[in-house]
Amino acid sequence: MDALTPDVKRRLYRSVFRLRRIEERLADLYREQTMRTPAHFGVGQEAVASGVCEALGARDVVYSHHRCHNHYLARGGKLAGLAAELYGRIDGCARGRGGSVHLTARDQGFIVSSAILGQTVAVACGSALAFRMDGVPGVAVSFFGEATCEEGVFYESLNYAAINRLPVLFVCENNLYSTESPLSVRQPAGTALTDRAAAFKVEAHQVDGNDVFEVWNAARHAVDSIRSGGGPVFLECMTYRWLEHVGPKFDHEAGRSYRSREELDHWIARCPVRHARERLLAEGLVSKAELDAWSDAVEQEIDDAVATARDSAWPDAADLFENVH
Amino acid sequence: MRELTYAAALSEGCVQAMERDPAIFVTGIAVDYPSGIFGTTDEALKRFGPSRVFDAPAMENALTGIAIGAAVMGKRPVIVHPRNDFMFLAFDQLINLAAKWRYMYGGRAGTVPMVVRAVIGKGWGQGATHSQSLQAPLAHFPGLKVLMPACPQDAKGLTLAALQDDSPVVILEHRSLYGLTGPVDEAPLPTPIGKARIAREGRDLTIVAASAMVVEALRAAEELAREGVSVEVVDVRTIRPLDTDTILTSIRKTGRLLVTDTSWAFCGLSAEVAAVASEKAFDALKGPVRRLAVADCPAPVSEPLEAAFYPRASTIARAVFAMLGKTSAAFDGIDAEDNFKGPY
Ligand SMILES: Cc1ncc(C[n+]2csc(CCOP(=O)(O)OP(=O)(O)O)c2C)c(N)n1
Ligand SMILES: [Mg+2]
Repeated sequence: MDALTPDVKRRLYRSVFRLRRIEERLADLYREQTMRTPAHFGVGQEAVASGVCEALGARDVVYSHHRCHNHYLARGGKLAGLAAELYGRIDGCARGRGGSVHLTARDQGFIVSSAILGQTVAVACGSALAFRMDGVPGVAVSFFGEATCEEGVFYESLNYAAINRLPVLFVCENNLYSTESPLSVRQPAGTALTDRAAAFKVEAHQVDGNDVFEVWNAARHAVDSIRSGGGPVFLECMTYRWLEHVGPKFDHEAGRSYRSREELDHWIARCPVRHARERLLAEGLVSKAELDAWSDAVEQEIDDAVATARDSAWPDAADLFENVH
Repeated sequence: MRELTYAAALSEGCVQAMERDPAIFVTGIAVDYPSGIFGTTDEALKRFGPSRVFDAPAMENALTGIAIGAAVMGKRPVIVHPRNDFMFLAFDQLINLAAKWRYMYGGRAGTVPMVVRAVIGKGWGQGATHSQSLQAPLAHFPGLKVLMPACPQDAKGLTLAALQDDSPVVILEHRSLYGLTGPVDEAPLPTPIGKARIAREGRDLTIVAASAMVVEALRAAEELAREGVSVEVVDVRTIRPLDTDTILTSIRKTGRLLVTDTSWAFCGLSAEVAAVASEKAFDALKGPVRRLAVADCPAPVSEPLEAAFYPRASTIARAVFAMLGKTSAAFDGIDAEDNFKGPY
C-alpha cells in the first residue's frame, strides 16, 4: 500500500483546491441564471471526493448522487464537459440531456450520477457483481449523502453486498442536513451510521471528511482490503455543505434560518482546503510560488472551460428522440 | 413442427440464448428452486449452474439497480418476478433509471441490456395483489420495451429477442398460458419486437387483444364463425413499441374494432388502441370502438366474484354480436374450462 508521501500530499492538495475554485466560480456564474439546471454545489465537501478518488485505480468505477460535481471532477471528468452540461450545450458530458445531477465520464471511470436518493448505491453493487463474475480486480465506489441511509434501497444494497462480499466501497458524506432537515429529526438520538452498516456485517469507519489526508488513508486501506477479497466497506465522512442545498447562495444570504451562521463559521474555520494547504506549508512540502502557480493554472483551466462551454452549440431539436432506445 | 408448452418455450428460449451469450445470468426470488419458476428456470440451472442462475433476497428495488450496474459493465441480467405485482417495488430503478439511462446520459454512459420477466397471475383466488397486469404503467415510459407473448412460439421468440436487445425489456408472461401447447421452432428464431401478429384472419370485425385475451378472442372467433361472423384477431405481442400499422391496416379492412386486455380499461392498453383508431382510422370506423377489460375494481377472490371480474370468450362473442347489431345467440357454453390447479 502506498504511504502518504509528499507527492501524494501535494496531489491531494491540488485536487481539493481545484475542486473548490471550480465550484466557487461555477456557483458565481450560476447566479446569472443561464445555467438552467438545479445544481447542488459541493463547496466545503471537497476532501471526500479528492481523498477517495485519489486512492482508486484505473479499473475502478465511481457512482454519485445529486451533489456530484466534486466526484465527477475528482475522478477525472472533464471540466469543459461539466460546464457545457450546466449550460445545456451539445458538448456537455451528457450532451445536454442530463443536467447538473446526471453526469457521466465513463472513459474516466465515473459511470454516472443520478438524482434519486439511494439509486446508484444499488447500481454500484451491480457493477461490483460484474467485476466479481468476470474475475476483474475492480472496486465500485458509491458516493451518497447521509439521507440515503434513510432509504430502503440502501439497506437492500448493504445486505446484498455483505452476503456476496462484493468489491464495493460505500462513501457516505455526512454533512448533517438533508435539504433543511437536521439529523435530529431524521435519526434517533445516539445513532451512529457506522453501527447500522456494522449490523449488516459491513466493515465501517467514521473519518474526518474535512481532512483529505485522513480520507485518503482510510480510502486506501479500504480499497486494498476490498480488492483483496475482504468484502465491502462503509466510510462515513463527517463534513459540511457551505452553500444552500440547491443553488449558489449561502443560506444566510437567502434568509434561511434552519442552521446558524455560527455553525457555518465553525465549519468554515475547519475548511478542508485551507487545512491541507497549511499542512503542506508547515511540512515544507510546497512553496508560496508553487501555490501561486497552481492557482493560476486552475483559474486558467476554468476560464478556458467556461469559454469552451459557452461557445458550444445548442443541441439540435431535430435530435430530440436520439437515444430513447 | 414439434409442440411445446408456453413454459417449456420460455425455458428453451432462455437456455438457447444463454448458450450463445455467456454474459446472460438469471436471478430473483426462487429462480434456483427445483420448481424453477413454474418450470422456466430449472433447465437453465441444470445446464449452466449456480454461477449463472442464482437466488436473491426479497429486494426488488436494489436487485433491479444491481442488474443495471451489471448490465452497464457488459452483463445481460435477467430478473424474474413470480408475480409482476412485486415489480412496484422496483419501479424506481426500472423507470427512473434503466428506462432513461441511454437518453439521460446523452448516449455516453452506454446501454442497459437487461430483461425483466414477470408473471401475471389470474384466478383461483390470487386476489388483489397477485393478479394485476402491469403493461399500461410500464409501457407509459419511453425507454422501456414491454412484451406480452400469447403463444408458445412467441414465448420463446420474444425471450430470444429480448435477450438480444440493448434496451431494458420487460416480458409479461401470463400464468394461465403456461400450460398452453403449440408449435415452436427448434431453432433460436427471435420474434421481432414491435411487430403484431395476425392470429386469425377475418372480414367483419377486428379484435385487438393482448396476452391471455388473445386465447379468449380466438375461442370467441371460432364460435362466431359458426354464426357466420368473420373476425380478425390481432395479437399485439409488443405493447411498446406498439405496431400501430398492423392494427390500423386491420381496422381499415374490417371497419370495426373491439379491444380486449388483461388489465383495466381506464388509461390502459385498450384506451391507447382505441385512441390510435380514432386518431388515425376514424374515417374507416363503421361504429364505436368497444373495449373489454377486467371490471373496474381490485381483483376479488371469491369464485362468483372472480367470474364476474374477468371477461371471457363468451363476453367477447356477445359484445361482437352486439356491435354488429345482431340478435343474441347463445354463447354460454363456449368458455374453456378453468383447469388451473392451485395454489399458485
Ligand atoms: C428518493 C428521493 N427522495 C427525495 C429527494 C429530494 N431530495 C433531493 S436532495 C435531498 C437531500 C439529500 O440529503 P443527503 O442525502 O444528506 O445529501 P446532501 O444534499 O446533504 O448532500 C432530498 C430529500 C430525492 N432526490 N430522491
Ligand atoms: Mg446531507
